[in-house]
Formats: sequence, structure tokens, C-alpha cells
Amino acid sequence: MNGTLKRAAVACMVMFGLLMINVNYLGAVKAGDYSTDNRNTRSFYKRYSVDRGWITADNGKTTLAKTVDTKDAEFRYEREYPNGRMYAHVLGFFAPESARGVELNENKFLDGSDPDLVVGRLIDFVSKKPPKGASVDLTLIPAAQKVAYDKLRASGKRGAVVALNPKTGAIQVMVSLPTYDPNELAIPDRGDVAAAYNKLAEDDTDPLLNRVTEKTYPPGSTFKVVTAAAFLEADRSRDPETTVPAPQVLDLPDTTAGLPNYGGAACGSGEVTLRFALERSCNTPFGQMGMDLGWDTMREESAKFGIGEPIQFDLPTAGTTIGPEEETAALAQLSIGQRNNQQTPLQMAQVASAIANSGVLMKPNLINKITDPGGSVIEELKPEQLTEALSGEVADELKQMMVSVITNGTGTGAQIPGVTVAGKTGTAEAGDAPAPHAWFIGFAPAEDPQTAICVFIEAGSAGNDATGGGTAAPLARDVMQAVLDSK
Amino acid sequence: MTTAPVAEAPAVPMTAKRRGAQLVMLAFAIVVVMGAYASVGLGINGQIPSGTFTYGLGLAALMFAAYGVLAKWAPWADPLLLPLVTLVNGLGLVIIYRIEQTGQGGASATNQLMWTALGVVMFSATLIVLKDHRALQRLTYTMGFIGLGLLIMPLLPLVGREINGARIWIGVGPFTIQPAEFSKLALVIFFAGYLVAKRDVLALAGRRLLFIDLPRARDLGPVLVTWGLSLGVLILQKDLGSSLLVFGTFIVMLYVATQRTSWVLIGILLFIGGAVLAGQLFDHVQARFEVWLHPEDPEFYERELGGSFQLLQGLFAFGSGGILGTGLGEGFPNLIPLSFSDFIMAVVGEELGLTGLMALLMVYALIVQRGLRTALAARDPFSKLLAGGLSFILAWQVFIIVGGVTRLIPLTGLVTPFMSAGGSALLANWILIALLVRMSDAARRPPPQAIQNEGLTQVFTR
Repeated sequence: MNGTLKRAAVACMVMFGLLMINVNYLGAVKAGDYSTDNRNTRSFYKRYSVDRGWITADNGKTTLAKTVDTKDAEFRYEREYPNGRMYAHVLGFFAPESARGVELNENKFLDGSDPDLVVGRLIDFVSKKPPKGASVDLTLIPAAQKVAYDKLRASGKRGAVVALNPKTGAIQVMVSLPTYDPNELAIPDRGDVAAAYNKLAEDDTDPLLNRVTEKTYPPGSTFKVVTAAAFLEADRSRDPETTVPAPQVLDLPDTTAGLPNYGGAACGSGEVTLRFALERSCNTPFGQMGMDLGWDTMREESAKFGIGEPIQFDLPTAGTTIGPEEETAALAQLSIGQRNNQQTPLQMAQVASAIANSGVLMKPNLINKITDPGGSVIEELKPEQLTEALSGEVADELKQMMVSVITNGTGTGAQIPGVTVAGKTGTAEAGDAPAPHAWFIGFAPAEDPQTAICVFIEAGSAGNDATGGGTAAPLARDVMQAVLDSK
Repeated sequence: MTTAPVAEAPAVPMTAKRRGAQLVMLAFAIVVVMGAYASVGLGINGQIPSGTFTYGLGLAALMFAAYGVLAKWAPWADPLLLPLVTLVNGLGLVIIYRIEQTGQGGASATNQLMWTALGVVMFSATLIVLKDHRALQRLTYTMGFIGLGLLIMPLLPLVGREINGARIWIGVGPFTIQPAEFSKLALVIFFAGYLVAKRDVLALAGRRLLFIDLPRARDLGPVLVTWGLSLGVLILQKDLGSSLLVFGTFIVMLYVATQRTSWVLIGILLFIGGAVLAGQLFDHVQARFEVWLHPEDPEFYERELGGSFQLLQGLFAFGSGGILGTGLGEGFPNLIPLSFSDFIMAVVGEELGLTGLMALLMVYALIVQRGLRTALAARDPFSKLLAGGLSFILAWQVFIIVGGVTRLIPLTGLVTPFMSAGGSALLANWILIALLVRMSDAARRPPPQAIQNEGLTQVFTR
């Protein structure tokens, strides 16, 4: 009987062999498919098994996003945003199946999966501790952020405020309204989150949209500083006192329509200095300048400010453009920030920032530093120069003219006692919307700029009489004041 | 024959008792189990469970008691069997404890520990009462009736219970018992006794077909009866697993006894015939096949009855475990329905990974190997057949359930021996191990030494 017993033993061996081959196939080959199948809720739970790093501002002194240990087996770590609405568009959210904002962009640090954090993760794994992520500190200034958020909200208007340090590109304020509560999207219930998200997504006022970076609008008269920059750069014999033609209505070639000044008003005596044209934000001189400079020059000058492609940033940014090449009349219109000229508030803040920083454009930055769970810094803000948008001389001349705008021109609403403010207002007709967009770009103090700002009030939300000078400039003043006070 | 200078050489080289090695391995198994238990607590809440020490001591006390019985009543027994079984049983306890922590109903480590204690009692009782396993040979037909009776019991009114669609339970007071687990023991004893008696007849060659000697038509009787019995279990109790288990074991024992390959072929043909027939007649059998072929198909996944939800969730667990596993206490066994019973291997796969599964399968393979070794070393045909049959049924059961859970073969419900929650299976399997231990003791015991020097023979007279 031993012969057949041995064969039965071989059969047993084969059975165990097959089982072993099969578990290897499962555990090594098919594992990837199975662990990523969306019916496998483990990947969903896994998101909550990490002691996710916190998001802070002000060198860790203000907590923007924190992780709470619920001791629950399935959803152990939950995310909370103590001041969610104020920071929603910067932080984004950490939802069961998706993420947005800094939560998405810095995810590999926050959840500890970055290669820089591998040693700590290995120690956690061996000691059976839950994995812990690195904390991310933002460059935002909470006090100024609060001012921007409160003032914009109090005005009842939709819009955006962004301020940054022109020397480093560090973002100081980033507010977009209307906003939402990211806490509602961070609860570990896919059904509830989907319902909350859909409600936000279907809202006509688009609360999920970060108006600072994700959408473009016609910049209106704020764009005149770019036109002025091109005008000065094109011929260095020109200066703010150079006279330019300023008719009441500019004749546009190949069309019966003309380009009027704002409200059809006259601009001086028909021949004004560049400084005066900018102070009063006359349309006709800048329309003429644009047509004289031509498509190529306008495009080149814009590109030096970063216009023409999305800004490299820590959050998604929309691409900007001065519009496609069309008939010459279009050139006049885009030179005053109309027609197909489309800019994001962040891009216009960049324009102000480059002028403030003697012509040097810095890369905007949101991350101050990233600190591993042990407390050592693994990444830190390194100011990075993007382009030289202007010569220092032209930047200086533009700065003087923008100071005049605040002292004598349309931007008096932005004056801060004891501080020299430079700026430019804008009131842009927005397609067929009944009301215009209101803009303000500027920086302060002019002698040694600490902050560059762009305030944008969306058309249709501010009543018919919204203007850059009346609506946007006072808001900018308060925010700049708050930034300067925090220093 | 006392004149022969040397006694006939034993079939297997003389073996030492290896009691010391067995003790060390037993202690090692308990240390592994205690470590695993502590690891579950660390994984869940970062603390070593307060019961680690007492629990470990309890298990150790049980197993050393079993060892004591073994050392006294079966001193020559195989030294590996008890430590290996201790390891699997202990890990099963740990996994059930872990599942209990998730709050899944039906998983109770305390109950399982109690059943383990009873299992050890049965193990000891079997060893103490059954001094010579050949006594079972005289009970061949009794065992046959007991086996059949146990198999039929769940169908009887009053005691029979249907749980989860299978009528394989009987209710005794507050407990439910799965008599098929005991039935399989009785049937293997019956098969062994019956086949030893009839093997010469069953081995007679009938007609020759191609290159295979077919058995005589009139000898087909026992095979057909067993086949009918298995089909009956399948049809009336909807218990695919037990049906396959009993039939497969019978065919292999028939082959071992008669040394006729033709029996295996006949068995396979009958199995295929039965499977096709059942597939045609019964939706639940057909559903198992569909689910096996396309577990990821949403249609089957969402099907309420006989769908692939459980299988696929089990596969997800294996996938999420990957090579090293998530670590004990860090997976999600509560996502798999019945994870403490049929699908306990999926929990092992998730938390201990491929590595843990391979180790565990290796332990099972070693238990089977020790049993088959006993069969080879046994000195009489009944012992050979019984040890072989018991070892095979253990391997076959592991293959059917683990293969089903890992989608190697269609899923048919069976408990994972020594691991799944469930008293009946634990008791029955501890008795199975006791029988193997008893037989290995007999096989390894040195044969009575022939007296070599007749000059020293003393004759007592009163």
C-alpha cells in the first residue's frame, strides 16, 4: 500500500503547491488591481488611518487645518478646519475620495508618503504606530487674511483679494468670496460629502471657485500700467512727463465706433502728460499707445509680466491672455484691459509686485516651510526670480506715477496716513453684464514695498456704480494696512 | 522463529521519542501565539491587551496538559503534531479575537477558547480510552451507521436547523452542532475498515479499456453508494463542501487500498457527472460557478443571493494585504461577511499578507506530512488506510476551503480546520489529531525485541 500512499502524498503536495502558487498570484500579481478597485473600501479607510500633518500659518502659531484622533477603528483621524470658510480656497479640503487646494498639492508631505519622510514611516511601521505626516506652514498672514475676508464679506460682494510680498513672492492674503465650509466636505461619509459637494457645485454663485487663481476676467484700467510700461520701455527718451494725445473719443480704424473715455468725459486739454493720463485713467491715450506699439510689443511686454500662460504656483491657475491677434481696433481695446484681455487677480497682483520690486518678477509662493513629525524642516521657502519684467528705471517711473494715482487720481480711496501707497484702479466692462468689474492693484510703502495687492470685485455683485476707485481701493487700503501692521 | 539472529528490520528506522524537542516546539508555538495576540492590541489601540499573559498562560496550560497526556499514553507519538496544531489553533484564536474587536457578530474568542479546551479534553480522552486504534476496525459498520446518521441528522425535523441557506446544523439546547464534522471522522474509519476487508475483491481486474484495467461492474456498488450519498448531501442540505469532501476522500482511500488508477478515473467521471447534473438542476450550484468565473462582474457582485460580494471582498482583503500584510489589528476584517468562519484565511491574507499565508499553509502541509508519514510507517493495512485517509481528508478540506476563498476553485463552504470559529469542527479535528497521534505512537514504538540470547531465558514456575 505504500506505493499508492506515496502517490496520495504527492497529490497532497500538489494541492498545497497549487494553493501556495495561487496566494502568491493574489498577493503579488493581482494585489494592485484588488487594492485599487473602487468597491474595495479599504483605500477609503486608509485615508483616515494616517495622522495627517497639520496646516498652519505664521510659523505654526495659527492652525488652519488639524487632525483629530477619534480612536475609531475605521475612521481614526478626521480633518478639521477651525476657520474653514476664511481659508477654504487656499486649504481646499480632504474629502473621502478627493482633495483640493494645499490638501491636494502638498498631500505627499501631509500623509507622509514623500520619500523624504521614508525613515520616519519605517519606524512607525515597525513600532506599529499609525503613520504620521509632515506639517505644512503657509506664508499667509492670518490677521490680514481676516481683515480681507471680513471687509469683503461685509460689502456683500463676490470677489477676490490677494496680497504678496513683492521681494519674495510669499502670498500674504488670499481670499475668494463666496466661500464654503470645507469641514462639510471632510467628514468620512461618502454619501453626505457627495451631496454637500453637488450642492456647492450647482450653486450659481460658484462658491467652490478660487477667484484669485482659477478664473480670468478683463482687467480694465489696471492693465494700463502694462501698456505704460511697454510705452516707456519702447523709447527711453520718454518719461512720465512725456505728452500724449488724449482726444475725447479715439477714432478706431476700420470701424465706425470710437473708443471713449470713461463716462465719455474729456481728458485734460486733449494733450496730456503720461502721468496725468494714468492718474485720471484716460482711455484714449492708452488706446493710441497700444495701436502705436503694435501686437508684438504688447505681447512681449505682457509676457515679461508672466501673462500668456498659467502661473507656476502651489494651487491650480488659469491661463491668462491679452487676446488673439485681430484688427488694430482690438489692440486699442486690449491696451485698456478690455476686449479679449483676460487676467486672474493673482496675475494682476504679479504686475503690481514686479513694479514694486524694481522690475523683478518673483515666483509666487504659498508654502513657508514643511516640518517633519520630528520637528526638522525638510523644505523651506526659497524666493525664486521669474523674469526681469522692466528695467529698474522704468519701474521707478511707473512707481512714481502710481503714487500720483493715489495722491491725485482715481485711487485716493487707498491712501494710508503716513504711508506712501502706489496703485491703479480699474473698472472693466464685463461682456454683456450690466455692471462692471472693479479692480485695484497696488503696493505699499512705495519707498520700500512690503506688500503688493490685487483686489477684484466681480461684476453683477456690487451694484451698477462699482468702480475701482470707489469700491476696490478702500478694501485694498485696509488689507495693506493690516499687512504692514503685522510686521 | 526465535532462532533468527536479528529481528526483522523495521519499516522505518528506529526513532527516538524526542520529548524534549516537542516541549521546546510547543513552547515556541505558544510564544508565537502570545506575540500575535499582543500584536493585535498594539495594532488596534497601541496597547498590549491586558489578557495577553493570562490568556497565554491559559493556552499554555491547556497544551501542556495535552502534552502530559500524550507523554503518558502515547509516548512514542510524532513530536511535531501537537506543536503544529497548537500553533494553528492558537493563531485561529488570535484572528477570531481580532475579528471580535471589530464588533462583527458571531466572532467570540472566549467561546473559541472554551471549545479549544473541550477539544483538548476530547484529544486526551481519545488517547486515554483508545489504547489501540485497531479496536476501531471491529467497529467498521457501527462507524458507517454513525457517520451516515450524523450526516442525515440535520434533515430531521425538530433538531435540524437551516442557517445561511445550508441545512447542516442540529440544535442541542442553546448550541448548534455541525454533525458533518464528526460524520467525516466516522466515515473515514468506516471506509478504512471496509476497504481493508474488501480491497482484494475491489482490486480484481475486469475488462481492459485502452491501457486501464476497469474494475468488475458488480464491484461498482460501494462507489455508486458513496456517490449517491454525496449527491444527497448536496441536494438536500445544499452543502457542496461536505459533499465534495466525503466523495473525494473515499475515492482516494479506494485508490490507496486497491492500487487501481481506474477507480480514480471513475471517481473523477462520477464527480464531473454529478457536478454537471447539479449545475443543471440547482441554481445555487450554477451561481457558484458563475461567481467563480466572473467575481468582478457588477451583475454578480450586486446579486443579493449567491452573488460574488463575499468572494470579492475576500479577494480585496488578499489584495490589500499584499506581501507583508497590514499587520495584525490593522486590516478591515469586518468588511468580509463571515470572516470568522469560512473566510478566516482572507483575514490572515490581509493582516499577515502573503508571508503569513505561506507560513500557515506550510504548517498545514507539515501536519498532513506527519500524518502521511505515520501512514507509511504503520504496520498493518487498517492503520495505513486510516492514517492516510485522515491525513488526506485534512489536506483536502484545507484545499477546498482555501482554494475556494482564494478563487483557485469554486467556493464551497467548509470550515478552515483549527482556525474557523465553530465548536464542532474544533472537537472533531482534535479527535482526528488524537487518532493520528495514537497511530504514530503505534508506528514509532519499537517492536518487541526478539530475545537474542536464549541462554538467559528464565522460566518461572510457581
